[in-house]
Amino acid sequence: MALSKISVEKYDLIVLGGGPGGYVAAIRGAQLGMKVAVVERELLGGICLNWGCIPTKALLRSAEVFHNMKHAADYGLIAQRIDFDLDAVVKRSRGVAAQLNAGIIGLMKKNKIKVYMGEGRLLKKGLLTVEKDGSKIADLAADDIIIATGARARELPHLKADGKLIWTYRHALTPNVMPKKLLVIGSGAIGIEFASFFNELGSNVTVVEMMDRVTPVEDHDISAFALKSFKKQGMNIMLNSSVTKLQSKADSVICTVESKDGKLQNIEVDRVIVAIGIQANSENIGLEENNIKTDRGHVVTDEWGHTSMKGVHAIGDLTGAPWLAHKASHEGVIIAEKIARDKGNKAVIDLHPLNKGNIPGCTYCRPQIASVGMTERAAIEKGFKIKAGKFPFIANGKAIALGETEGMVKTVFCAKTGELLGAHMIGAEVTEMISTYALARTLETTEAELIHTVFAHPTLSETMHESVLDAFGKAIHI
Amino acid sequence: MAIEIRMPALSPTMEVGTLSKWLVKEGDSVESGTLLAEIETDKATMEHETIDDGIVGKLYVAEGTENVEVGDLIAVLFEEGEDASVLDTIAIGAVSASPVAVPAIETPKAAPALSIKRELPAVSPSSASSNKRVFSSPLARRIAEQNGYQIEDITGTGPYGRIIKRDVESFVPQISSVQSSFGADLSGDTAYVEEKLSGMRKTIARRLTQSKQEVPHFYLGVDIELDNLLQARKELNVMSDEYKISVNDFIIRAVGLALKKVPEANVQFGGDVVRKYSRADISVAVAIEGGLITPIVRGAEHKGLRAISEEVKELAKKARDGKLMPEEYQGGTFSVSNLGMMGIKSFQAVINAPQAAILAVGAGEKRAVIDKDGVVKAATVMSVNLACDHRAIDGAVGAEFLAAFKNFLEFPSTMLL
Repeated sequence: MALSKISVEKYDLIVLGGGPGGYVAAIRGAQLGMKVAVVERELLGGICLNWGCIPTKALLRSAEVFHNMKHAADYGLIAQRIDFDLDAVVKRSRGVAAQLNAGIIGLMKKNKIKVYMGEGRLLKKGLLTVEKDGSKIADLAADDIIIATGARARELPHLKADGKLIWTYRHALTPNVMPKKLLVIGSGAIGIEFASFFNELGSNVTVVEMMDRVTPVEDHDISAFALKSFKKQGMNIMLNSSVTKLQSKADSVICTVESKDGKLQNIEVDRVIVAIGIQANSENIGLEENNIKTDRGHVVTDEWGHTSMKGVHAIGDLTGAPWLAHKASHEGVIIAEKIARDKGNKAVIDLHPLNKGNIPGCTYCRPQIASVGMTERAAIEKGFKIKAGKFPFIANGKAIALGETEGMVKTVFCAKTGELLGAHMIGAEVTEMISTYALARTLETTEAELIHTVFAHPTLSETMHESVLDAFGKAIHI
Repeated sequence: MAIEIRMPALSPTMEVGTLSKWLVKEGDSVESGTLLAEIETDKATMEHETIDDGIVGKLYVAEGTENVEVGDLIAVLFEEGEDASVLDTIAIGAVSASPVAVPAIETPKAAPALSIKRELPAVSPSSASSNKRVFSSPLARRIAEQNGYQIEDITGTGPYGRIIKRDVESFVPQISSVQSSFGADLSGDTAYVEEKLSGMRKTIARRLTQSKQEVPHFYLGVDIELDNLLQARKELNVMSDEYKISVNDFIIRAVGLALKKVPEANVQFGGDVVRKYSRADISVAVAIEGGLITPIVRGAEHKGLRAISEEVKELAKKARDGKLMPEEYQGGTFSVSNLGMMGIKSFQAVINAPQAAILAVGAGEKRAVIDKDGVVKAATVMSVNLACDHRAIDGAVGAEFLAAFKNFLEFPSTMLL
């Protein structure tokens, strides 16, 4: 390698990883006048766009339309011989991802960002090498390097995916058969979305969750509501349980499930999806060699994305929770602007670190779940005296007209100051509605502004208003 | 740039002092540690030494002058190559008793830690006459109202300077000057004025009361000779103008290294567990208007003196400007409180719970010590006291930490290992 004749190419900013954190940071950097390079080993747009957020939404949309077809009679419509073509469903999902991937390639060109397709590795401060299939294709130098290599599905030795019978989200996105019986390990966002999809299309789905409730990061009331709904849809939910062994047969897997009280149970299913969290992609990118500090695989940064090495920044999933694309993108913009400002760019003004308490989270199972801020229990544990309000979809006119009466909105306020500490929603389209509460938190509104806001009628959003009213004893429709 | 010597605050309450005697005259060359003057406060007479090297260029205050305000210019040191022409650029200070015309340009107040005259934060008038629009969040306005603050008095750090919750919560209201005519009326009960506690004062009161009541404190003291360190510091500071390492920077680094060496002291008591930290995050107590705050130098054992020096300067400035982010002062695994610059010889500090130890650092001063050969010699000695939470740290561990700390400071080259 030392004899390589490749000359070093100079940039103002190098971004390692072209996912929603990296490509956004690159665009913002380029907009601020920097000469920017992006190094990506697989596909621009990263997991989010190619193997995560977006293609799963495409699959879930198919499931939703299918669900509505099955319930056509409820709306006075006639739909006969209702069926689906799995290959076509998957093909549509891949097409959506491909369309967006092409869009990112276009954005890179438009912003004159040079893209290196290969595996990047930090050699030393300011220097990065790019390899493709084991041979070097470029050496890149820049004063500032942003590492945004993201994360992948966490695996445990006894829960290893083989891609045939035992899947991670990646395999589950391109199923070649519809499993008659499916077992999903983990009821976080990824696990429960796939459980929803396959359940809707007719699989007999079992979800195994270690905690005492589904979607454990959400508010207890939301978890309880979701559990009831999933059971009604026919899912088999095993709480307080973990899968201790997976034994693959010819075309099935025998799963040993152990409950908290030590009871063992063998369940034979066609396919298994392992969704037990994620782990950072922090290996083989030169972190260890350069003594860049990590904590359980996640790169340690300050609020400006600085790592322990000057000139090396990190953003997104690589740096830890919450593992959300919109967090990575937001950090990408902030860090790119910080770098530009530190280089003397006067156009960057009013820069603030990201407030992680204001990042909404969305899960696209049926019914959808969305939340921002603290759960009721977290608020109480933090010492807040709270006022909480709830409002059910069944009391909302639009929800009844839509035939989407399953849902509720819960809001948690600080009793003393009226701060909206958290908002928790379950029901149709709540993922589209949560941003209103995120805005309320970012603007630091109190209950007064929310109460005085006119929510349009008839909308599902009126439930958000009523929930706030309920917290202060003023709800009208319950 | 000529070095300004200003009237030092020799105690936390000192506002004015008498310059009783000059120990140098114009033209004398001085180095760090040279005694400049004897200064008399209402409590004591103390010697004031320079922390810089140079030639005494001008003495501005005559011997025996009373009521010299803290922060006023009392002398100027020339640096190499400078002469009397630089004097024109120097502002005398708040009191222009001198017949010399005060130049219109106000140079920044001198930097030495000894003589910081704290500028009060700029406060916009809270009267209704101010018609400037104040951008603030509804939540910030409500919390300000609940605390009796004028929203205009608060500095905003949100988008485009908008006043947000964080700003109100970290706001320390200026105490309006007490207008009682002290001691004039001798009949009946003594009059007093009640001031509402600020949020910070409430926090200090609550947390330190809790610490002193719940945490079984014990104290270990040790004297440390600083002459090697002062020499090393001098050598470092001579080499470049880009930095100025303080004794406190050495202390923070030595604490970090000593905690690395004795990790049993980098712990926290947690009911039925003891947390052992893998990194030394040093909380450094900084006095600010209305109280104190402890910004954190994270991973001090991994940082060089210059990095620590720059970080402490930035954190202290942010602290005084009320601009620290919560993550910059919340957490920390060990605290350092240094009252040396206030002339305190030795003191015991209250543990900053849930941390398990705090190091109280006194002033470095010339003392007579007996060396290993039984000979009395002069040495610069600093007394430190370690307060430990006995639930998490035993005496032997505390002693081991102090021994390591002392060794790093007395043999500063070991900090390079």
